[in-house]
Amino acid sequence: MHKVFLVIQREYLARVKKKSFLIATILTPLIFPAILAVFVWIAVEEKENQSLRVIEVVDETGLFFMESSEQYAFSSSSKTLEEAKALVLEGKRYGALYLPKMELSSPQGIQFYGIENPSTALIGYLEAALKRKVEDLRLYANGIDPAVLKEIRTQVKIQSLTLGEAGEEVITDATVNYALGFLAGILIYLFIFIYGNQIMQGVIEEKSTRIVEILVSSLRPFQLMMGKIVGIGAVGLTQFLIWVFLVGTLSTIVVGVLGMQMPQQQAMEMANPELMAATSEAGDLGGILHVIESIDFVRLIVAFIFYFLGGYLLYGALFAAVGAAVDAPSDAQQFMFPITIPLLVGYMSLFVFVLQDPYSSVSFWLSIVPLTSPIAMMGRISYGVPFWELALSMGLLMLGFLGTTWMASKVYRIGILMHGTKPTYRTLLKWIRTNH
Amino acid sequence: MLEIHKLNKSYGSHCALSELDLRVQEGEIFGLLGPNGAGKTTLIRIINQIIEQDSGEVRMDGVLLSGASIRKIGYLPEERGLYKKMSVWDQLIYFSRIKGLTALEAKQRVNYWLERFEIASWKGKKIEDLSKGMAQKIQFIATVIHQPRLLILDEPFSGFDPVNAALLKTEIINLKKEGTTILLSTHRMESVELLCDQVAMIHKSKKLLDGSILDIKSRFRPAQIRVTLELGNTALPNQWEVESTEKNRVSLLLPLQGQSPNQLLRELMSFGEILAFQEVFPSMEEIFIQQVNSSVDA
Repeated sequence: MHKVFLVIQREYLARVKKKSFLIATILTPLIFPAILAVFVWIAVEEKENQSLRVIEVVDETGLFFMESSEQYAFSSSSKTLEEAKALVLEGKRYGALYLPKMELSSPQGIQFYGIENPSTALIGYLEAALKRKVEDLRLYANGIDPAVLKEIRTQVKIQSLTLGEAGEEVITDATVNYALGFLAGILIYLFIFIYGNQIMQGVIEEKSTRIVEILVSSLRPFQLMMGKIVGIGAVGLTQFLIWVFLVGTLSTIVVGVLGMQMPQQQAMEMANPELMAATSEAGDLGGILHVIESIDFVRLIVAFIFYFLGGYLLYGALFAAVGAAVDAPSDAQQFMFPITIPLLVGYMSLFVFVLQDPYSSVSFWLSIVPLTSPIAMMGRISYGVPFWELALSMGLLMLGFLGTTWMASKVYRIGILMHGTKPTYRTLLKWIRTNH
Repeated sequence: MLEIHKLNKSYGSHCALSELDLRVQEGEIFGLLGPNGAGKTTLIRIINQIIEQDSGEVRMDGVLLSGASIRKIGYLPEERGLYKKMSVWDQLIYFSRIKGLTALEAKQRVNYWLERFEIASWKGKKIEDLSKGMAQKIQFIATVIHQPRLLILDEPFSGFDPVNAALLKTEIINLKKEGTTILLSTHRMESVELLCDQVAMIHKSKKLLDGSILDIKSRFRPAQIRVTLELGNTALPNQWEVESTEKNRVSLLLPLQGQSPNQLLRELMSFGEILAFQEVFPSMEEIFIQQVNSSVDA
């Protein structure tokens, strides 16, 4: 046992001590908040420094009065379209909005002229403002006061609750569950892929340099393989925990400092106040917090770590076997297929099935079968999964892990000593069947 | 020290070792000779417990091989490599700990060997920053770091540059003096003739012959005599094979045809001044080929 520990220690330290590990670990979580911060900063800067853009309105209906905003001022000086275009070309106007004579029931032929291609934000803003005007006008035409209508408009919001076995009510929110399932599923997928590949590279390195011959003269191949898998897994776990810590801290800081002045949000509110009102009410921070509070985080985290490690160990053994079977990374491709496919199936079905309907039978089976369960079950778990399903899935994952490790160790112990011949699936099968 | 008895190993239908018997004495250098594919590496892997024999036994000091034997064996595989990204120090400590040394012992041994090769300043260097020759030294240290009683070297001189090969040879002799038993495997038979006390020749999974080099060679006479003569006035008999001539100095390679060396010497004296007279044995390679041919005939 103590030799396995030596292997684990070497695999761990050899990676953690590398500069690239330090850089990747610290920079990766910085990237997202940094990008966010840069965008927010650019947007804020732009908004503050922007000169007012004047738009000439050529209104042939005489019905529209455009209200100016912080960024855009509207001038309505009864110019013809040609005069307005000339002003734009001279640079005296940012653009010209042309409103031809039209039926209010089907407003058509509205055009915007500018030297630059106008931003979608501007077009959206104009469209929203015109839509409101047209609607108001049509309401008046039908004898309805828009103010009355606004008052009548009602927001309906359904609060969803799940009933526990003992009848306890828990407030849920599909958005929060979706986000959690999405995040957990993707993390597990990435983790298995990135660190599984490291296992494979490591095995190939030891095989191609023949270090493995010295090592297996001192300890059993199985010990060597498990030491490598566990050691690299520990590196991944370390990296993950540092990320959680860094992302948590940084996001809090960034959101805390800049979150109050998010310009996009304001723009959206201006463009579509009603929609904004609806979502902001549903997405009310207190409400989300309430939902988050109701989620059993201990269960979630325990399950996450279990599937995180279980999935990694299950696939890690397969990656090790592939590394042992080939002489160089470029030869590994042919054996990667049976590893990549179930992982990709798990990943794709996370979006296609699991997060869409976590209780469908497809989702159920995906979260039970060991090869896909680490990803699929994490997608389901925040929605609430019956205990027996969880127990079955976890039990099968452990069996699956034992199975792949058994198979892999057979391929591994023969493969690491084979050089020069390219094995086929048939030779691998023969190796698995060999006793010794 | 090492006894191998009726060892068999086959891979599928291919037989790698059959009924192999070997006996290596304590403190000697034992040469395992044979062409590629003869079964040398399979035998070495079995002694190292990397693979298991199908039948037969290997004993070390009279005891069957077990996990405890690992500490007593040092192994330099034919093709070598180290962890490129690891420092010299970390690497050597790792290999010694894997072999079963405690952390303290490992440190002492690594320091000792780095001093012995006067390369203590390399400690912090990564293998990828070392030259090939430097890496070979580290590789050798990694093999002997745990003071093995049995050192197994597979094709030790291939891949080493001449300077390091000479150093290796010196170290092998030093280790022998310190009491280490050395098992040397090679297909280049001429490279070990002078080094080995005992040899065994293996061909196609079977042992062809074994014994001390002198034994084998004398068993495989007819030996020949190399003579250097300063010619007098008498002409040499035509059937004598002249190897080289320089002015009136000739070198001859003569078979002993039923004569004793002294009789030949006497006969030669009549042709001129004898400058050199030396018995020449067939090389191990010649013996090997001769032996393979005769076993094919049989």
